[in-house]
Amino acid sequence: MNREKLVLVGNGMAGVRTLEELLKLAPDKYDVTVFGAEPHPNYNRILLSPVLAGEKTVDQIILNDEAWYDGHGITLHKGRMVTRIDRRQRRVRTADGLEAAYDRLILATGSHPFMLPVPGRDLPGVVTFRDIHDVDRMLAAAARGGRAVVIGGGLLGLEAASGLSKRGMDVTVVHLLETLMERQLDAAAAALLKQSLEARGIKFLTGRETQAILGDDHVRGVRFKPALSKVEGDGGEVAADLVVMAVGIKPNIDLAKSAGLYCERGVIVNDTMQTYDPRIYAVGECVQHRGRSYGLVAPLFEQARVCANHLAELGFARYGGSVTSTKLKVTGIDLFSAGDFQGGAGTEEIVLKDATRGVYKKLVLKDNRIVGGVLYGDTVDGSWYFQLMKDGTDVAHLRDHLLFGQAHLGDSGHGEKVSQVAAMPDHAEICGCNGVCKGAIVRAIIDRKLFTLDEVRAHTKASSSCGSCTGLVEELLASTVGADYTQTPKTRPLCPCTHYTHEEVRRAILDNELKTIPAVRAFMEWKTPDGCHICRPALNYYLICAWPGEYADDAQSRFINERAHANIQKDGTYSVVPRIWGGITSPQQLRAIADVAEKYRVPTVKITGGQRIDLLGVKKEDLPKVWGDLAEAGFVSGHAYGKALRTVKTCVGSEWCRFGTQDSTTMGIRLEKMTWGAWTPHKVKMAVSGCPRNCAEATIKDFGVVAVDSGWELHVGGNGGVKVRATDLLCKVETMEEVEEYCAAFLQLYREDARYLERTAPWIERVGLEFVRKSIVDDEENRRRLAARFRDSQQHAQKDPWAERAAGVQRQEFAPLKTVPAVRAVA
Amino acid sequence: MTVKENWIEIGPLQDIPRLGARVVRTPQGDIAVFRAADDAVFALDDRCPHKGGPLSQGIVYDRRVACPLHNWVISLESGEATGADRGCTRRHEVKIENGRILLRLAAAHGAGPAAEPRCASAR
Repeated sequence: MNREKLVLVGNGMAGVRTLEELLKLAPDKYDVTVFGAEPHPNYNRILLSPVLAGEKTVDQIILNDEAWYDGHGITLHKGRMVTRIDRRQRRVRTADGLEAAYDRLILATGSHPFMLPVPGRDLPGVVTFRDIHDVDRMLAAAARGGRAVVIGGGLLGLEAASGLSKRGMDVTVVHLLETLMERQLDAAAAALLKQSLEARGIKFLTGRETQAILGDDHVRGVRFKPALSKVEGDGGEVAADLVVMAVGIKPNIDLAKSAGLYCERGVIVNDTMQTYDPRIYAVGECVQHRGRSYGLVAPLFEQARVCANHLAELGFARYGGSVTSTKLKVTGIDLFSAGDFQGGAGTEEIVLKDATRGVYKKLVLKDNRIVGGVLYGDTVDGSWYFQLMKDGTDVAHLRDHLLFGQAHLGDSGHGEKVSQVAAMPDHAEICGCNGVCKGAIVRAIIDRKLFTLDEVRAHTKASSSCGSCTGLVEELLASTVGADYTQTPKTRPLCPCTHYTHEEVRRAILDNELKTIPAVRAFMEWKTPDGCHICRPALNYYLICAWPGEYADDAQSRFINERAHANIQKDGTYSVVPRIWGGITSPQQLRAIADVAEKYRVPTVKITGGQRIDLLGVKKEDLPKVWGDLAEAGFVSGHAYGKALRTVKTCVGSEWCRFGTQDSTTMGIRLEKMTWGAWTPHKVKMAVSGCPRNCAEATIKDFGVVAVDSGWELHVGGNGGVKVRATDLLCKVETMEEVEEYCAAFLQLYREDARYLERTAPWIERVGLEFVRKSIVDDEENRRRLAARFRDSQQHAQKDPWAERAAGVQRQEFAPLKTVPAVRAVA
Repeated sequence: MTVKENWIEIGPLQDIPRLGARVVRTPQGDIAVFRAADDAVFALDDRCPHKGGPLSQGIVYDRRVACPLHNWVISLESGEATGADRGCTRRHEVKIENGRILLRLAAAHGAGPAAEPRCASAR
């Protein structure tokens, strides 16, 4: 077969990642040839610092060994620099005369270290810090000992300084400004960093501009410009046996420019990573996209994915630029920095500083939204802040505890809050759901070369269940992979079958009147023929919500619990929870449940947390009969299995309780009668308490009502599970009718706005309480409309699924297709 | 024609919903019979290699089924776990003749342990 020829110039992380993505999409489309100027296969450049520090070997940072290239039939030319592109003939040529033809070409030439234009820069003993060759030279110098001067107090410079210091050299860092890492840190954080590096023996000369590098046949010192040197000791000079130039990088555009491709600071590309010559793509540090160049891994990998998508002729991925954060490890010091951390006009700052603990946190807010921040010493909440920042979440209601972090309210499952994951022992359990320890996660990241949270989830299961340890896992990724890792992108597609987000899909369903799952998939060009177990239930819900009464529910797109209307248990049996309105029952009801339990030999009968009765261990074939018997006693489905209204928990209230201020049981029963049967993005739990003693625990429910003497307080967005979240007070109303209207409006807003599988607590944290308040409390007209839509939808939803199935609906769901008798199988 | 004798008729194709499954109870245990969107049928032991979840109750798409217990995704064609998970469930032969589904159980005639997995690749 005559395949198209694809040539990659630049055997580094961005280029090879593009090939990896391409091989996933179209493994046989191209004959691939790779040229790399360095004499190594693709390695993780971020980890050069640990190699310098002696924590890792070069072999350990190789990402793709030669067997990988061989295994994919890729021709690799190591140590050969491409110096010419003939675009007319479509050929590339190396310095030593090797030529290769291409149909498509990827430029991934990375960047050059920036050299200060000062005398002496070419002297032996002056090195940059960019590749394995540079590290080798520094190691050779370190072996001889002596004094090293690092010019540049940015990330790279400090890493070099730290490595050389560990190797036994006497290290001085020279920095132009007073603030170290000024692109990531503010003055306060930089001062803490400097302090802690000084404690490790590194010296600093800040506010110095290099004038010349001194020496005859080898470097012997650095001289500073007089205007800036604030005389201190010998003033204008410092002695050196090694000088590391780490003042920055610039995109390497030499080759692109010589080929006549349009370049500015970097090689200009469009949103599909194509240069002005559409046969030539560019990715990575050499690129300039919408005026920006990136030096972090996350954006480069995003570019790689888009470029591969276009090369595979799928053509639907677009690169829209990246929002970046830096979560970095300078010699074991935790730092996080994102966005506009300096602040300025129109912004406010929230600061926490604890010098003794070595903790500094600053968030910069504009209009109650996080626009940037710096964390030093305790960075475990960095990913949370970054997410709030990218989502543009209104944090007004979080302000009073924002700096204490997301975990301050007691995450269940992994003990006390841990601020420094790096300090945890290997056997410390990170993921309490799946029992995954720190050591296992770190090993998987290293052995399987994982870069993203999703990859870690797939390989270790850590953070793949309840998700409360996500921050810890991201910390481990950052500390293991290096200075940067692939952050969860801002707008996540609904699932891998599409590149559209939940919001985009919902909008398209309404705008284009899409009324079946196949119609949605066809209209939005789903990548897979049938969707998957993630998108199908979501689409089914979105369609139910959009077209009540009209959409025909797709049973095969329901998770088994909602298809069988019972909860599947670990042994494949089911549990049955009949609805008991407001938790008020009677001897007749209890007798009926007892009869069913005996008749069907139900092994376990349990009172649930929501004040209902659970019959556990029912065989699937028996479900319709069990439901039939329960229906005769007047029971309907309790929906304990659904993304639906579960229960309304109540206390006895003013009817019996000497403290009760209102009739909470009647209120609870009314709410449950109004809301039962409603499908929602995730399960919904409600409660009504008869007085502020709050015995029904209404303040950890999705919708909680607390009676007071003058009426009812309405609380929303609580959760008592994975992550305890107390409700926010929405408002206070006077009558039961008002409680119902607000409840209906709140549920409808949640149904229409939240993403599938998003509980009210994270939804409110994402959209902000203000949004809910404005939609429901401030705008009476809108509240009425929302409540009316909810009630309209309920007309269609409140059909008891148990009674229907007991009467024979979907009979084959519950019966085996066939029972093969023993005698037949032996015959 | 001894081979033909081992095929068991288990019912009409229409009795399995598209992108769904039904259970066949056999002396060797439950077997899940799946029907893909294009009416191709597949049969696997109704046990996920992870924790024994009933695969017949999972969501079916393309040539896969997601186990209802912990969302392992199992290939209908090979019985093997996909993605980063490792494990395999036993396959059985299944075919359609005149709109009827015919099944032939894998570990017939007591050869080897009944639950022995037969996977394409030992991973």
